[in-house]
Amino acid sequence: MSFLIGKNMTGGYGGANIINNCTISVDLGQIAVIVGPNGAGKSTAMKAIFGMLDLRGGSVSIDGRDITGLSPQDRVATGMAFVPQTQNIFVSLTVEENLEMGAFLRMDDIRSTLDQVYELFPILADKRKQRAGELSGGQRQQVAVGRALMTKPKVLMLDEPTAGVSPIVMDELFSRIIEISKQGISILMVEQNARQALAIADVGFVLVQGENRYTDSGKALLQNPDVRQSFLGG
Amino acid sequence: MMNRNIVYFAVFFAMLVFVGMFQSWTVAFSIFNLCLISAIMALGVNIQWGYAGLFSVGTTGFVALGGVAAVVTSMPPVQEAWTTGGARLLTALVFAGATIVISVLLWKRMTKGRIRGFVVAATLIIGFFIFRYLFDPAVAEIESVNPAAEGYLGGLGLHIIFSWIVGGLFAAGAAWMIGKVALGLRSDYLAIATLGISEIIIAVIKNEDWLTRGVKNVNGIPRPVAYEVDLQQTADFVRAADWLGIDTVLASSLYVKFSYGILFLIVLGLIIWLSELSLNSPWGRMMRAIRDNEEAAAAMGKDVTKRHLQVFVIGSAVCGIAGAMLTSLDGLLTPASYQPLRFTFLIWVMVIVGGSGNNWGAVLGGFIIWFLWIEVEPLGLWIMEWVTSGLEDGSDLKDHLRDSAAHMRLVTMGAILLLVLRFNPKGLIPEK
Amino acid sequence: MDLLNALVVLANFVIIPGIAYGSTLALGALGITLIYGILRFSNFAHGDTMAFGGMFAVLGTWWLQSKGISIAPLPTALLVIPFAIVLMILFLLFCDRTIYRYYRKVKASPIIFVMASLGITFIMNGLVRFIIGPGERRFADGTRFLISARDFKAMTGLNEGLAIRLSQVITFVAAIIIVAALFWFLNKTRTGKSMRAFSDNEDLALLSGINPEKVVTIVWVLVAILATVSGTLYGLDKTYKPFTYFMLLLPMFAAAIVGGLGNPVGAIAGGFVIAFSEIFVTYAFKKFFGYILPEDMLPSGIIQIISTDYKFAVSFTILVLVLLFRPTGIFKGQSI
Repeated sequence: MSFLIGKNMTGGYGGANIINNCTISVDLGQIAVIVGPNGAGKSTAMKAIFGMLDLRGGSVSIDGRDITGLSPQDRVATGMAFVPQTQNIFVSLTVEENLEMGAFLRMDDIRSTLDQVYELFPILADKRKQRAGELSGGQRQQVAVGRALMTKPKVLMLDEPTAGVSPIVMDELFSRIIEISKQGISILMVEQNARQALAIADVGFVLVQGENRYTDSGKALLQNPDVRQSFLGG
Repeated sequence: MMNRNIVYFAVFFAMLVFVGMFQSWTVAFSIFNLCLISAIMALGVNIQWGYAGLFSVGTTGFVALGGVAAVVTSMPPVQEAWTTGGARLLTALVFAGATIVISVLLWKRMTKGRIRGFVVAATLIIGFFIFRYLFDPAVAEIESVNPAAEGYLGGLGLHIIFSWIVGGLFAAGAAWMIGKVALGLRSDYLAIATLGISEIIIAVIKNEDWLTRGVKNVNGIPRPVAYEVDLQQTADFVRAADWLGIDTVLASSLYVKFSYGILFLIVLGLIIWLSELSLNSPWGRMMRAIRDNEEAAAAMGKDVTKRHLQVFVIGSAVCGIAGAMLTSLDGLLTPASYQPLRFTFLIWVMVIVGGSGNNWGAVLGGFIIWFLWIEVEPLGLWIMEWVTSGLEDGSDLKDHLRDSAAHMRLVTMGAILLLVLRFNPKGLIPEK
Repeated sequence: MDLLNALVVLANFVIIPGIAYGSTLALGALGITLIYGILRFSNFAHGDTMAFGGMFAVLGTWWLQSKGISIAPLPTALLVIPFAIVLMILFLLFCDRTIYRYYRKVKASPIIFVMASLGITFIMNGLVRFIIGPGERRFADGTRFLISARDFKAMTGLNEGLAIRLSQVITFVAAIIIVAALFWFLNKTRTGKSMRAFSDNEDLALLSGINPEKVVTIVWVLVAILATVSGTLYGLDKTYKPFTYFMLLLPMFAAAIVGGLGNPVGAIAGGFVIAFSEIFVTYAFKKFFGYILPEDMLPSGIIQIISTDYKFAVSFTILVLVLLFRPTGIFKGQSI
């Protein structure tokens, strides 16, 4: 049974539905990737799972518990963490303060989690007293991911983490993501760089026009001729 | 829709008649004249807010400029002041203007860098000191000419009605300058900048005695209508008053107020007509399109800031015209009377209550809120009398409560603004 | 060349008043900048908020004075300030809950908030005049001078006297204490950091679980403290007159904008910049130059750049210059 599943989700932001009967799921310790052409509803599907839009149909549950009615803040308490695509850090706060804010809802001692994040992202350890706004694009993404990890989530959701970063930084980020997943945290990721994303994915969801088109392991999708032709450039 | 608006106006006129019957007709006429002027000011503010979404808090300054125009256009010139200091003063002012223009040109033409900053700063500083050298002695001479009654330059001696146009021009000029600086920035910044320019204009009027006698005030500003005393001595008028069964003095007072009223109505009508024309013109539609979605309009190539400047200048000019009219009505210029609460904020209440974005709404708001502003005091006093009737006369509390009825006006206006903003933000007559 | 006397003149008429006035403006600008940074609108009611808090303090002081309570040599008003603060907190929170909260909920545009603050200005203005009257009210007691001009001349034998009023010292010290406490709060406590986070990126702050209503409440508490202290001390130093507080609005806003709206450090720097500029530009330097230049080189006239009547033209000009050349302010506050 999937750990986190958004089943048959239908909904949108205004009048029209952007996603229709869409199902996304991820198991414990898995890396699940959502890919598809522009406007396919990838980000919308993930935001729906996080509770950032009202579903007109379908449900979301985590660890067997139905969370369809919960607000995003409440879903954080159930073990989900979300990294938005843009404006995902506090630019005027230091790196360490950003991480502290990530753990805002936690009442216990966060020192050990802080150390874990610094171990995962050594650059952040160096720059911990620096204003987050002064960091480079790739470093900021690390702050954004680190911030999300501070709640010790069971599922980490990332909205296009490699958007607008250079290929080297992208590789770096992906290897970090794999590291995180090795620690037992499930990853659900929307990605534009479909090829690289599917290469590290345990399961991939290809969405077209708000509906599931293909669902399979990352490797299988990479070798699927239809998928290759439509989205991966052959 | 039309019917409801007519009802609103009808109710207002009924209240006015009520005041005439139970207080006095002179009071009713006075209130109505000021209602007309307030309506024009509200129209000016509405042009800025309704057409372009500009939040200006500088109305008082523009109204004051209108008052200055009234003095400077229609008072007779003080010959001796002109001969002693006039030329030097004018030279000083022209010099100051030239310095500023040169500084701006230097700034625009020179290449960016330290040198440019240094040169412009030096120009301004040196220009300032030369200006003072020319200016100060000239002012001293002018103000020493018959300081009790004059002590200033006087005016051009033209007919007072010209000053209404001049008032509009003065206000337009000031608005253009402040608009150039403050438009294109965030809306709160425009508010603060206009508040500042308004305070400066008023400070200038209060302190530059050579211009309008400062706080000594200017009396005896010429009128566009007859004087009561003259009417009372005109045989035809006395006969007509007798025939109507009205006391001559009262009749003369009413006649004067009535004449003002007609003049003001004409101006108001003209401005409404022009406003409605422009609102429904392609220009007006474009303005509102910009207001509703500035980014989209800018993306389509509309020069948003330039349009805003046009609207800001026009709205301020209307306020300047109203200011000149007000001073004509009063017959005197009293700088101390230009208080932000009395003008700027009160007019905003008028616009919000009446219906922002709608010209007729602004007029209605002008009428109603001015009426309330005046009538709340006697009403409040009456309530206070009733409330304190149980207290003994001469007690501190009783005196205090009665004196404070005036302050409750402010509280009432504030409460009205908040209530309307919350529960009826579109106003009595919403935008179409 | 009498340097000592010249310096004393400068200190007495420029430096010391500048420090006191700068402290007042800094505290006021801090309140404005906090509201702008966190509630995201320009609060035109801040001047009258100071008047309101000051009013509570004046009334309380009179009551204590009538009971014969005093803490001489310090002014009795200091005892009353904490209570006045509490009353202001209640009042401001009441205003927020009844007026501003609705507009937050419907996500009204910032202009609506400004208009509402105008309405509140009207009401506060009227209430203050109603309760305490529009005229001057004296409530200062205790020692007036830390050093009087006469004592100074006696001590130093100089021609010029240096007078330091106790109220000026209190204003400055209070400003330092409050600023230090505020900065400790914002930078070292979890709540304070969460408020900076909220000001920085509201959506992300909400996502992190930061409670927006708690942040709003704390802002109003801080504003109540700032406004009451600065309003009371300003009235203590000069005299309490409701009208003067509205006149402070322009310099305070200028200070906040110069320093960078939304930036607390900027507000303080801006406060002193505006204060010293105003005083410097309107001071009559004749006496000062009298001690420096020889008699025959002294120009006629009082050597005043601009008359004191135009002192807020100074803040306005600085404001205009900042808006023209560096709208985000010295310390880069929130961008326009």
